[in-house]
Amino acid sequence: MAVISSPHLHSPAKVSGVMLQVIYALVPALLLEFWFFGWGLLLNLLLTLAAGYLFEAAMLQLRGRPLAPFLSDGSMAVTAVLLAAALPPLLPFWVPVVGMLFAIVIAKHLYGGLGYNPFNPAMVGYVVLLISFPLEMSGWVAPGGWRLHDFGLGDSLNYAFSGQLPPHITLDAITGATPLDAMRTGLGLAKTVSEVESRPLFGLFAGRGFEWVNLLVLSGGLWLIFKRIIPWHTPVGLLGGLFVTASLFHLVAPDQFAGPLFHLLSGGAMLGAFFIATDPVTCATSNRGRLIFGAGAGVLIFVIRTWGGYPDGTAFAVLLMNMAAPTIDYYTQPRVYGHGGSE
Amino acid sequence: MTRTLHRFHGGIHLPDQKALSLGRPLRQAALPSELVLPLQQHIGAAAQPLVAVGERVLEGQMVARPEGFVSAPVHAPTSGTVIAIEARPVPHPSGLSALAIVLQPDGEGRTVEYQPHSDWSALDPSTLRNLIRDAGIVGLGGAGFPTAVKLNPGPHTAVETLILNGAECEPYITCDQWLMQERPEEIISGALIMRHALQAQECLIGIEDNKPAAIAALRSEVARRGLTEAIEVVEVPTRYPMGGEKQLIKVLTGKEVPTQGLPIAVGVVCHNVATAASVHRAVELGEPLIRRIVTVTGHGAAQPGNFEVPLGIPMGELLAQAGGTTAGFSRLIMGGPMMGITVEQPQAPVIKTANCLLAVTDDELERRAPVRPCIRCGSCAEACPVSLLPQQLYWYAKSKEFDRAQDYNLFDCIECGCCAFVCPSNLPLVQYYRYAKTEIWAQEREKRASDQARRRHEYRVAREERERLEKEARAKKKAAALAEGESDDKKAAIQAAIERAKAKKAQANATPPATDPPAEQPAGEGAAPAEEKH
Repeated sequence: MAVISSPHLHSPAKVSGVMLQVIYALVPALLLEFWFFGWGLLLNLLLTLAAGYLFEAAMLQLRGRPLAPFLSDGSMAVTAVLLAAALPPLLPFWVPVVGMLFAIVIAKHLYGGLGYNPFNPAMVGYVVLLISFPLEMSGWVAPGGWRLHDFGLGDSLNYAFSGQLPPHITLDAITGATPLDAMRTGLGLAKTVSEVESRPLFGLFAGRGFEWVNLLVLSGGLWLIFKRIIPWHTPVGLLGGLFVTASLFHLVAPDQFAGPLFHLLSGGAMLGAFFIATDPVTCATSNRGRLIFGAGAGVLIFVIRTWGGYPDGTAFAVLLMNMAAPTIDYYTQPRVYGHGGSE
Repeated sequence: MTRTLHRFHGGIHLPDQKALSLGRPLRQAALPSELVLPLQQHIGAAAQPLVAVGERVLEGQMVARPEGFVSAPVHAPTSGTVIAIEARPVPHPSGLSALAIVLQPDGEGRTVEYQPHSDWSALDPSTLRNLIRDAGIVGLGGAGFPTAVKLNPGPHTAVETLILNGAECEPYITCDQWLMQERPEEIISGALIMRHALQAQECLIGIEDNKPAAIAALRSEVARRGLTEAIEVVEVPTRYPMGGEKQLIKVLTGKEVPTQGLPIAVGVVCHNVATAASVHRAVELGEPLIRRIVTVTGHGAAQPGNFEVPLGIPMGELLAQAGGTTAGFSRLIMGGPMMGITVEQPQAPVIKTANCLLAVTDDELERRAPVRPCIRCGSCAEACPVSLLPQQLYWYAKSKEFDRAQDYNLFDCIECGCCAFVCPSNLPLVQYYRYAKTEIWAQEREKRASDQARRRHEYRVAREERERLEKEARAKKKAAALAEGESDDKKAAIQAAIERAKAKKAQANATPPATDPPAEQPAGEGAAPAEEKH
């Protein structure tokens, strides 16, 4: 028997526990998203979970890894939930499946599995879909539109698997542009920010519906920080970076650049700040590094939304910062005890 | 009493489990049938035996003398007979045996005549240090560095602060706590002696705030003796590893011990409270270090508590005296659960640095959760009391990128175990760091050896080259000389030969060779050896 060396004492914390808490924190926001956008969201979630489970098991099998401990670590479930939360609710069934294929097989396992992937798997999956299937990925259900048109579970299933809509509904009737999309198009047509924001798509601070979902994402994230599941540095960096950049431009030219609240509460910024950029595997590792990582992502989100080719930039911003993480780590090592410097 | 405390980065809160061993009064351990006294119970060179097998010794008699400056003697804990000097199992992480003097107690308890120095304040620091050195005192907190060496700051170094470490931050252990509560006078006396030996300006005693009784006892002792100006008892937060020397120094003084340096570099010297008590006994009573207080505890021990034990008592014997083990007992640890070492053989003795015997049950410590990959969550970096990035160290240790591990300051790791404790992936992080350190040391040894071999080789090649050149130069010189004087020499040689031949002929004609006793012969023989000398 090998000599057992110290430390002999361990805390009961578990990776799977961490992953579960992350999912719990997102449940209220998901429920509200369901309320606004309908059954498609739950369908997507089931599809990403099922496909993710299959891909994960297959890859573990191929790589000769034990199935039980890895399938139960919860990391795949987090990826699936995040991807489902980011996807438009009304999609053909194969879109979430292809997203998970890229997320789990390519972004995760081909890089060595949990802990070794340099890029956030959910965001890789999302970006692949965004680039490859722009048509499917651009139409969102209008907030509350599914109830208005009585578009139920059966209709969602039917659309996902056969592409058929009920006879009384056209795709344009229940889907439309996202607020970010509308803002982008509107500004492109030389409209002012306030003109765009007067459209019915917009609510109190940002997109109608989206703003409340994002506020719930924010509260879930704050709960995670409170429970010390995620550090505060990444979200503060990201939201701060986005807020400061958006404010600066908005102050200089309020007609051409949307305000900071619109940016914070539209699209994926909140989800990115608390649930995606905080992915420990792909984020910077020191607290100072996380601030820089977050701030970089926040600035990039604004840059991509404002001057880039896509309405939202959260996924791209996070992936770009994933690339920078090792370098950030190298330059942000904390001062070690006894290595000079002041307190 | 309002000293501003500083804080060290990280640290963790642990369930302290101290009540387990505090429920019973101190017990005196009975003498076992044999005492095993390893020659190495301290950091530094092993002591050299002064006794032979079969020799009778008295309690307090020095049985092994220190070897070199950083070393400590060993004394007989009781009177008896030396029955062996041989390799015995010792408590060491390697689980190997080491040379030990084995003493069979005679139960008579005859002692050498102890020489008390109650007038120690009149002694100069150097004399005091020699008394302490001769008493075999080493750090009793666990590291076992010879105390006399630590009390010698060097001629040009002023000691600002003497710190007595009463933090006792590891769970379960209560031997220092017991000592502080029950024998505060010994600790304060020892503190005064140490302060005198160091000529330190101030003396602080740092105790974690989960030991209010110990704090109160020491404070009242300080007040009783009117020492409030000289010694300050400071309550520090309960946070593991507060009792780490570097951490306690930081908290009490705000100073950081420079990396790879000693506390004396910032004018601080740190000793354990139990060490102070034994310094008091050595100087004021003349009694060398032959016994100590040991906590026997854990849910695997039937009657946990504190024991005053003779050094050298087998751990299994001591555990038996504490009522033996409970049903779930799984293994024995020397020290605490965070930094202690597993004792494989119960016949290993209690040594000077053994503060605790922890008998654990199956479900007390072990965590059966599987090891998962590191997800770089950074909990370890948050817990690290040295501000390292354990996740990076783990990465580089695992991939054997030892240079990078050193870039990330591997050697500042104090192996406190905080990182591994908090790791949600259950990674044996400290083991990886030990492995990396050992590999780097091995590589350095190898490098030194190969450097030496290379230097030897280069020297040899250079020497051979030099010799070759010299030889060539000589040959050339000879050839040149020959070429220059060839004709003359040859003619002369031929001429000489002809003349010798002529002379021989003439001689042969004059006298027959048989009757010729050549008178020069002995002289010629005598000359030959003289020439061979060259």
